[in-house]
Amino acid sequence: MGEEVLQISDLQVSYGGIEAVRGISLTVRAGEIVTLIGANGAGKSSTLRTVSGLVKPKGGKVVFEGEDITGKDSTYIVSKGLMMVPEGRRIFPNLTVLENLKIGAYLRKDELEKDIEMVYGYFPRLKERSWQEGGTLSGGEQQMLAVGRALMGRPKLLMMDEPSLGLAPIVVQGIFEIIRQIHEAGTTVLLIEQNANMALHVADRAYVIENGKISMEGTGRELLEDEKVRAAYLGSVE
Amino acid sequence: MEYVISVLLSGISVGGQYALIAIGYTLVYGILRLINFAHGDVFMVAGLMGIYLTSALPITVSLPLVILLTVLLGFTIERAAYKPLRNAPRMSVMISAIGVSYLLQNTATYVTGGQPMTYPTIPFLSDTVNVAGTQTKWVVIITPFLVLALVLGLTQLIHHTKVGMAMRAVSKDFETSRLMGIQVNSVISVTFIIGSALAAVGSILFFTNYPAITPMAGAMPGLKAFVAAVFGGIGSIPGAVLGAFIIGICETIIKGLPSAWDVSVFSDAFTFALLIIILVFKPQGLFGEAATDKV
Repeated sequence: MGEEVLQISDLQVSYGGIEAVRGISLTVRAGEIVTLIGANGAGKSSTLRTVSGLVKPKGGKVVFEGEDITGKDSTYIVSKGLMMVPEGRRIFPNLTVLENLKIGAYLRKDELEKDIEMVYGYFPRLKERSWQEGGTLSGGEQQMLAVGRALMGRPKLLMMDEPSLGLAPIVVQGIFEIIRQIHEAGTTVLLIEQNANMALHVADRAYVIENGKISMEGTGRELLEDEKVRAAYLGSVE
Repeated sequence: MEYVISVLLSGISVGGQYALIAIGYTLVYGILRLINFAHGDVFMVAGLMGIYLTSALPITVSLPLVILLTVLLGFTIERAAYKPLRNAPRMSVMISAIGVSYLLQNTATYVTGGQPMTYPTIPFLSDTVNVAGTQTKWVVIITPFLVLALVLGLTQLIHHTKVGMAMRAVSKDFETSRLMGIQVNSVISVTFIIGSALAAVGSILFFTNYPAITPMAGAMPGLKAFVAAVFGGIGSIPGAVLGAFIIGICETIIKGLPSAWDVSVFSDAFTFALLIIILVFKPQGLFGEAATDKV
């Protein structure tokens, strides 16, 4: 295992008195895929949103590559190489596919062409639609675009918030295949998923979040085989 | 015939001047969903600055300075009165805008003593020229061309530069723009800077034509420009420009009808009636998007 890329310690986040995250600590090491699973409202998204600088934490610490980035603004955090694929894709519907990719590399100027080709290599469908407005794409294509856009920022750590949400199973499989490829190409991934089965299969390590706290952690395989996890998050899935 | 030409010419010219103000409304609305009520008064202040600065400095220095100071004013208003309310309900920002509007009007009254001030004669712009048998000022001829050039430049900026791309992104989604590393507040400042600069240019053209400036002088042109922006579909630049030309031309035609008909006094009412009729049939305006509230 590589060195620690992201270290979250005792993170607390609250929205107007409601505590969404109540002391979460976790670690992501270089080259890993780490997944956070848990029910809706458990505090997964709040954790990611805090790491990316959209939300200021109430307490705790976020360290990225040895640097304390707690409460820093998102421009700074992005400039450090931390990109997020937001929940619900959130591509820019009024920008073309190509512009959506370019805006992912907003903070840099060099070698855009090379990275655009790299993204088009992962997602040939996007290349065909290069000049279409993002809003005209299907849900699955928009998710590809959101992932491609984040890759354009050359992330050292790629965070994904529910990339499978609202997509057809076949499309979800495609997205997870891409996550695997991106990971093999050397990108570290922190993945939030409600689709625990898919997420645990792809992950090196996983954390289970319940009511704003981590209730369990282990390798993907360990959690897949855990009775409690199976009952709560995998349902009837074999 | 000469009469018709002169009416049309001045309609196009007034329309162009409204257009320069209307772009400021539509740009700010596009990005903040805010009707910037102070915009017309920024236009008025630009006019007053034109009077004071040209009396002290040569035209070649004073006019660029007018544009620069108006930009500074627009930038400062946004930072002081709107930015602190970024997460407040939109209605609060609107009230803040109304407050700024009165602040500018009252300050103008304080400075000028409330007396109408006369805009200076600007060489060349104020010179007369003979077009198809009618005498008119150069400003009337130049305005539509200048407006078109500025609008073309602006659309190039918005569609073919990085900051333009950021403006379009921010207009759709603040939060995701932040996730791309975009400084949302800087992008918002840029829109205020562009809007104010265009209003300053508009003030030079407009007040050369209608040289009396009172503290209320921004209210009516501002309102007309706002109407033009709504008419064209607020948020759309081509819409605002087209709307402004239509309103300018309609109003001068009504003003120019034979005096025996006695309708010229109703020119504003007719303009607004036209707006109401169009909006009944096309509620989004000419080029507006279907109403979506930002989430």
